[in-house]
Amino acid sequence: MLAWLARARTGGLAALVAAIVLLPLALTNNYHYEVAIVVGLNAIVCVGLNLLIGYAGQISLGHAGFYGLGAYGSAILTARYGWPPAAALAASTAGAAALAYLVGRPILKLRGHYLAMATLGMGIIISIVIATEDRITGGPDGMAVAPFTLLGYTLAGERTWYWVVGAALALAVWLALNLIDSPAGRALRALHGSEVAAQVAGVDPGRYKVLAFVISAVFAAVAGSLTAHYAGFITPAKASFLHSIELVTMVVLGGMASTFGAVIGAAVLTTLPQVLTLLKDYEMMVFGAVLMLSMIFLPRGLVPTLAAALARRRR
Amino acid sequence: MGAQLTQYLLTGVTIGAIYALVALGFSIIYNASHVINFAQGEFVMIGGMTTVSLVDGGVPLPLAIAAAVLVAAAVGLALEKLAIERARGASVVTLIIITIGASIFLRGLAQLVWDKNFHALRPFTGDTPIAVLGATILPQSLWVIGVTIAIVAALGWFFARTLAGKAMLAASHNRLAAELVGIRVRHVLLLAFGLSAAVGAMAGILTAPITLTSYDVGLMLALKGFAAAILGGLGSGAGAVVGGLTLGILESLGAGFISSAYKDVFAFVIMLAVLFFRPSGLFAARSAERV
Repeated sequence: MLAWLARARTGGLAALVAAIVLLPLALTNNYHYEVAIVVGLNAIVCVGLNLLIGYAGQISLGHAGFYGLGAYGSAILTARYGWPPAAALAASTAGAAALAYLVGRPILKLRGHYLAMATLGMGIIISIVIATEDRITGGPDGMAVAPFTLLGYTLAGERTWYWVVGAALALAVWLALNLIDSPAGRALRALHGSEVAAQVAGVDPGRYKVLAFVISAVFAAVAGSLTAHYAGFITPAKASFLHSIELVTMVVLGGMASTFGAVIGAAVLTTLPQVLTLLKDYEMMVFGAVLMLSMIFLPRGLVPTLAAALARRRR
Repeated sequence: MGAQLTQYLLTGVTIGAIYALVALGFSIIYNASHVINFAQGEFVMIGGMTTVSLVDGGVPLPLAIAAAVLVAAAVGLALEKLAIERARGASVVTLIIITIGASIFLRGLAQLVWDKNFHALRPFTGDTPIAVLGATILPQSLWVIGVTIAIVAALGWFFARTLAGKAMLAASHNRLAAELVGIRVRHVLLLAFGLSAAVGAMAGILTAPITLTSYDVGLMLALKGFAAAILGGLGSGAGAVVGGLTLGILESLGAGFISSAYKDVFAFVIMLAVLFFRPSGLFAARSAERV
C-alpha cells in the first residue's frame, strides 16, 4: 500500500485527484472558480509540454500556436460551418498533430536546439495569419465562440466547467505518467541521458522525439479548444509568441521532467499575474525578474528542488 | 516597374542593414557563450529610446548617440555579470529562459522610465528624398547603410587584427584550449555582451528616425534578426550580414509584390525553409549534425 502511494503513477495521481475534489471547499466565489479553471487548462498544456522539454530535452517556442489552432479551429468550425463542438475539437486537434508531425519530422532528425527555432517561426506565422485573416478569424478584435454542447447538454457555469477541466487534467496527467513509464518513456529518458548510449541500445532518437512533440501539440490543442468554449471569446493573444514563452516558463519553473511540477508551475504562474495586477506598472518588471531569479537560483524548478530538500531532511 | 523594383530594393537594403546589425549581435554572443540572447532586441530599444530622450533634453545628437551606446553596453555587461555568469553550467534551455526573463524585465523597466508611446528621432541630416535611378532614398537610409558598413568593417578588423578579438574567436572555437593558452574566458563573455549590446544599440539609433521607437520595438526586430542569423548560419559574422540583407530585400519585395499584410511572415517562412533544407545556414560556422 505504502509503495503504491509513493509511486508517482498511482500515489501522485491519487493526490492530484484528491486536490481537485477538495479544492472547491476553498473556492468561495465565481472568480476563484475562474482562476482555478484557467490553472487547470494551462496545466493540461504544461503536462504535455513537459514531455517534450523534460523528457525529450527539446524546447518549443511556438506552443501557443498549437493552442491557438485548437481554439480557432473549434471557434471557426462551430461558428462558420456549423460543426458540432466535439467534432470540431477532434478535427482541430488532429490538425495540430499533423502540423507538429510535419514540422517535427525533418527538424528532430538534427541534433541540437533547432526545434526551438523552427517552432518559434511556426508559432509567429500562425499568430500573424490569425490576426490578418479577419474575415474568418475576426482579426485582432477576436471572435465569439458558441458554448460546448454534447448530446443536447450544454456546458455552462463555472462549477460545471471546473469539473470538466478537473477531469480533463486528471486524464492528461494519467496519460503522461503512463507514457513516461512505458517503453517509449524509457526510450525518451535514455535519450535525455545520453543520445549515443540510447542509440547503441536501439532507440531511434528522431522517432521518439517526434512522438513527444506530437503528443505535446495534441494536449495544447485540446486545452486551446476547451478554453475557447469556456471563455466564449478568443483573441490572437492566445496564439502569440509571449504566450508560448509563458507556457515554457510554467514548465521550467515547476520543474522539468516532473509531471506534477508542470501542474504546480501552471498554478503559480497563472495566479501570479492576478496578484501582480496589484503592482500595476511594475507587473512586467516583476514577472521578468521572477523568471530570471527562479532560473538562476532554482534551475531544476520548484518541485524537484523541494523534493530533494525533503529527501535530505528525511535522511 | 523598373523604378518600383529599384524602390523596393533600396528599402530592402535599408531594413536588411538593420537586421544584419541585430543578427551580428546574436552571433557575437552565441559565439562566445552558445547563449541565444533573446534580450538582443531590448539593446536595440534602449539605444533608440535613450537617444530620443537625450536629444529631447537638449543634448547634441552625436553626444546623445555616444551616451546611448554606452548605456546599452552597460546593460549588456550587467546582464552577463548578474544573470548569465551566475547561471554558469546551466542547460541551454535554462539560459534561453534567463535571457527571455531579462527581455521582459527590461521592457517593463523601459515602460516605467519612459512611457508606452511612440517617439520619433529627428533624421541625422534632413529628410529631403534623394532621387536614385527613378526611385528615391531618404538621407537617413544612407546613414543606416553607411554606418552598418563601417560597423561591419570595424568588427572585421577587431576579430582579425586585435588581441582581444582573436581571444574571443579562440574562446568560441575551443573554450578549454583558450583557457590553457591564458585567455580569460570570463572576460571574453563580458566583452561579448558589451560589444553585442553596443552594436544592437546602434541599430536602434539608426532606425529610430525611420520607424519610430517605443518600449516594445525590440521584440519583432530581435525575432527578424534571429531569422537572419539562422539564414546566414548562426555564429557566422559574414553570414549575419548576408542573411540580414537577403531577408530585408526579400521582405521588401514580398511586401511590394505579394502582400503587405503578410510583410512580417516572409522572414519566418524563409527561416523555416532554411531549417528544413539547409539547417546550417548559407555560411555555416559549424555544420548541423544529422542524427
